[in-house]
Amino acid sequence: MRNAFADEITRIAKDDPSVVLLSGDIGNRLFDKYKQSCPERFVNCGVAEANMVTMGSGMAMTGMKPVAYTIASFLIYRAFEQIRVDVSYHDAPVLLVGVGGGLSYASNGSTHHTLEDIALMRSIPNMQVICAGDPLEVRAATKAFFNDPKPTYLRIGKKGEAPVHEKALDDFEVGKSICMKRGQSVALLATGNMLPNCSSVSDELEDRGISSSLYSFHTVKPLDKECLEEIFAGHEYVITVEEHGRLGGFGSAVAEWLASQKQPGARLLTLGTPDQFLLYTGNQEEARKKCGLDKAGLLEQITDFIGPV
Amino acid sequence: MNLSSRTDKIESTERDFERLLATAARIRGRVIQLSHQARTPHLGSSLSFVELVVYLYWTFLEVSPRQVKEPARDRFILSKGHGITTLYAVLAERGFFSPELFEDYAQAGSRLPEHPSPQCVPGIEAATGSLGHGLSIATGIALASKMNGIPFNVVTLLSDGECNEGSTWEAALLAPAHKLDNLIAIVDFNKWQATGRSAKITALEPLEEKFSAFGWSSTRIDGHDFLQIESALASARQSDKPFAIIADTVKGKGIKMMEDDNNWHYRIPTKEEVDSSFLELDLESL
Repeated sequence: MRNAFADEITRIAKDDPSVVLLSGDIGNRLFDKYKQSCPERFVNCGVAEANMVTMGSGMAMTGMKPVAYTIASFLIYRAFEQIRVDVSYHDAPVLLVGVGGGLSYASNGSTHHTLEDIALMRSIPNMQVICAGDPLEVRAATKAFFNDPKPTYLRIGKKGEAPVHEKALDDFEVGKSICMKRGQSVALLATGNMLPNCSSVSDELEDRGISSSLYSFHTVKPLDKECLEEIFAGHEYVITVEEHGRLGGFGSAVAEWLASQKQPGARLLTLGTPDQFLLYTGNQEEARKKCGLDKAGLLEQITDFIGPV
Repeated sequence: MNLSSRTDKIESTERDFERLLATAARIRGRVIQLSHQARTPHLGSSLSFVELVVYLYWTFLEVSPRQVKEPARDRFILSKGHGITTLYAVLAERGFFSPELFEDYAQAGSRLPEHPSPQCVPGIEAATGSLGHGLSIATGIALASKMNGIPFNVVTLLSDGECNEGSTWEAALLAPAHKLDNLIAIVDFNKWQATGRSAKITALEPLEEKFSAFGWSSTRIDGHDFLQIESALASARQSDKPFAIIADTVKGKGIKMMEDDNNWHYRIPTKEEVDSSFLELDLESL
């Protein structure tokens, strides 16, 4: 996903002189092409996330469109107050790109896990929260920001994620989920890097005779309520899946919305990581397994929830 | 705004300084009146940097109430947002908004909140109040000015307490690396923060040398002396590095009973104290 971002931002910056890329001393070689084409609009802000975010806000105040890019955990946790005050409160159009969201850096330990970022970011007024599910969503979300710049948190994975979508998402809209498969009974709502696993879970359910829909809820905020209404009216079970804690994230956002509905319709299961720091997890796949976010774990929890068919 | 008018000012005359002194007295009167009227704190903090902003707004900054969005305007960021009544008073006096807005200062629905909200009135460049943000905002703006090839100065005024904040020093480290000669940081070094002597709470001193060691040009002045303020800002204009002015100031300056008494960080003046302050400032009314 980070390569897709680097490629897209390079392309956009070439044509738009108001784009400036701030990096928190991360992305070694990743932005070489960007630096070649727009050397004066790349700033390595060093290991100083708070200053990077506020500088971005200052630049936005002059009409520039800054991107602040670093590892998601450091960007969101270290600079939270700067994001809240200088970006959101000022409604400054800064694109905050958190690389390695969720458990992408699982083996680096809990300092590098980002399992509370969606909760934090969606609680701030003015902030859009987008979790890209594959490299094509990264590209589309990046483009969408520059078409309509607003304070935005874009959570991306790390590297090597295979595309889930078949072609470029020309119709991508912030706040509009993408229906990837229409079924009955079960609706799987994936956000961010859980999209590939949800896609294979959906196929497996099919094999077991359970018809399922699959949606990419790339935007957690603003939440696509219109689509949720249809989903809850048209299915028996709705399952949200995120590589994020169960507290406060995408599942919580859906549950909050559901609590206000007069006719809730389908039953809701929210899947994510447990309310604890993850120790000795190993790599991302191993960490997901521990949290029941691998394909087998997801299937088990989902079949438990919907009962025998 | 005509950029060609950006020439160094001819040195001010005695008479200019007299005018600035009279302006400073009116600003102090307004600030004291507002604190009493709305029962808002931070009076001592607001009185210590009056001469600095008066000089900036009447002599140094290229700003105009008629062109508040002009891309080439100079920027002033009051990083110590708790001293905002002083900036409100200055902006009103300079014609950025009507003094009538002071009538409901800090009340529900007022355009003049106790800490400024974004663009609450014309002339407010940033919503401050949380400490340690101003230098980073100013650094971002100064760097954007360089990138866009639109030259202007960015001045930010910090409290000494704000120099406790790590983010202040993050910005202080970055600005010289980008040779931001259009960036000026003024520290209102009134020697007190909310609950104690600032240089005892953290090892602030030697503050001028700290900025120099970080790669800034820096100087130390009496922050109530217009001649020294003028000279420091003239040096800042000539500097090829970001420029720090450590301004030795007195908290509560201008009113004897408030000077260097940290109770006035939070104390609210009574009607009688407002009256006696006006007498001391030689003001009949605002």
